[in-house]
Amino acid sequence: MKSVGALRIIPCLDVDGGRVVKGVKFQNLADAGDPVELSVRYENEGADEIAFLDISATIEGRKTALESIRRVREAIGIPLLVGGGVRTLEDAARLLEAGADRVAVNSAGVRTPELLDELASRFGVQCVVLAVDARRTSGSSAIGAAPAWEVVVEAGRKATGLDAVRWAREGARRGAGEILLTSIDRDGTGSGYDLELLRAVTAASPVPVVASGGAANPSHFVDGARSGARALLAAGVFHRGELSIKSVKESLAAAGMEVRL
Amino acid sequence: MGEIGTKPRAAFAATGVANLASIMAAFRRAGAEPYLAKDAEDLAAAAFAVVPGVGSFGSAMAALRASGMDEAVVDRASRGTPTMGVCAGMQLFFEASEESPGARGMGIVKGELRRFPSSLPVPQLGWNRVRRPGDAMSLVRDGWAYFANSYRLTSLPDGIAGSWAEYGESFVAAAERPGLLLCQFHPELSGPWGQGLIERWLQQAGGQA
Repeated sequence: MKSVGALRIIPCLDVDGGRVVKGVKFQNLADAGDPVELSVRYENEGADEIAFLDISATIEGRKTALESIRRVREAIGIPLLVGGGVRTLEDAARLLEAGADRVAVNSAGVRTPELLDELASRFGVQCVVLAVDARRTSGSSAIGAAPAWEVVVEAGRKATGLDAVRWAREGARRGAGEILLTSIDRDGTGSGYDLELLRAVTAASPVPVVASGGAANPSHFVDGARSGARALLAAGVFHRGELSIKSVKESLAAAGMEVRL
Repeated sequence: MGEIGTKPRAAFAATGVANLASIMAAFRRAGAEPYLAKDAEDLAAAAFAVVPGVGSFGSAMAALRASGMDEAVVDRASRGTPTMGVCAGMQLFFEASEESPGARGMGIVKGELRRFPSSLPVPQLGWNRVRRPGDAMSLVRDGWAYFANSYRLTSLPDGIAGSWAEYGESFVAAAERPGLLLCQFHPELSGPWGQGLIERWLQQAGGQA
């Protein structure tokens, strides 16, 4: 098999008001630490990239987040993916100027898909990530009408009826260089990635997929990689120290996968 | 390298929609003082000069020419004054690229960039293993580097030492000769390995100046 580089492990910081928080299924957020301290710790443990998701809902919160991004950037020498509230080219430019290497678009991409084309032509596809939050629908896909997973926006609050698999493919066609795929059903539950969802999206997407939501033990990461993910994201298990990034990478290496150790 | 106790100053050539925060932060962590070059004279006079990775081959080259910074870089490279090129900036040191047919690079090193074959995910985005050249004097060491590129070189002329990586097939990860360091990868995003490379370049290239 041709070498296509290493699998990436990405710890994710959900940041609100300058602090890292973590909840279950996007609810009940609890404080999980300082973004700079955590980022430095994760780089030292072997993280391949840091994801910084600004979940603050106020203008003041956004300003604080921008300052946190600058501080994280000064401290770490690995790629920094930033998302949360990116609605316009100017929003993306502001994050890049503060030190993001890549920018993730979520709700605004659903409202205005052309934003993905514009970001790619301005900053390059390597810079654009489409974040897709997917939830299983109660409708059976056997009936034909209902998608098996639908896209949910506004931090899990608003269902769109959009088929997550189709939306990921369209996003890649428009200019996303990577898909950050979060299963809301699994987020914070520790029950592993939604592998069916992951397989469906990786099969449909021409660009790499980052698996997110539910990873709690090393075998979950191995399963995610075997289901097609090129990068594996987790938050709570790393923040709480239940798993180290190094131990996850050693498990992946033991399973015959290429990682940066 | 300047007086004892002063920070080495590194001038950066702006070539378009710049995202310079990461690489400038890496230079600060290495103890240097990075700044944007005001003009060609500023870049020519700097102790260290960096052409960062921004934009397409043609647009970045046009931006360098418009400010006359291309001549300053060519002059520095011919003298062996410490000069670095990173990612898209590295590619401008060669003659041409399939990305922008008809656009001429600085031609400091012979070679033409070609796109990765379409059988691979393009751009290459992520970490890949780098093998250092046999030359014991080289600054690049074996390790993992972070890449974000669609175009690459598959050979180098004599007189410049290559480090190599595999993506489908072998390609040039870095090229160096005394004073000149050209990185296809992003040293500023390559963790402690990349940080170490920047520090060695500031020390060793600085010692030669």
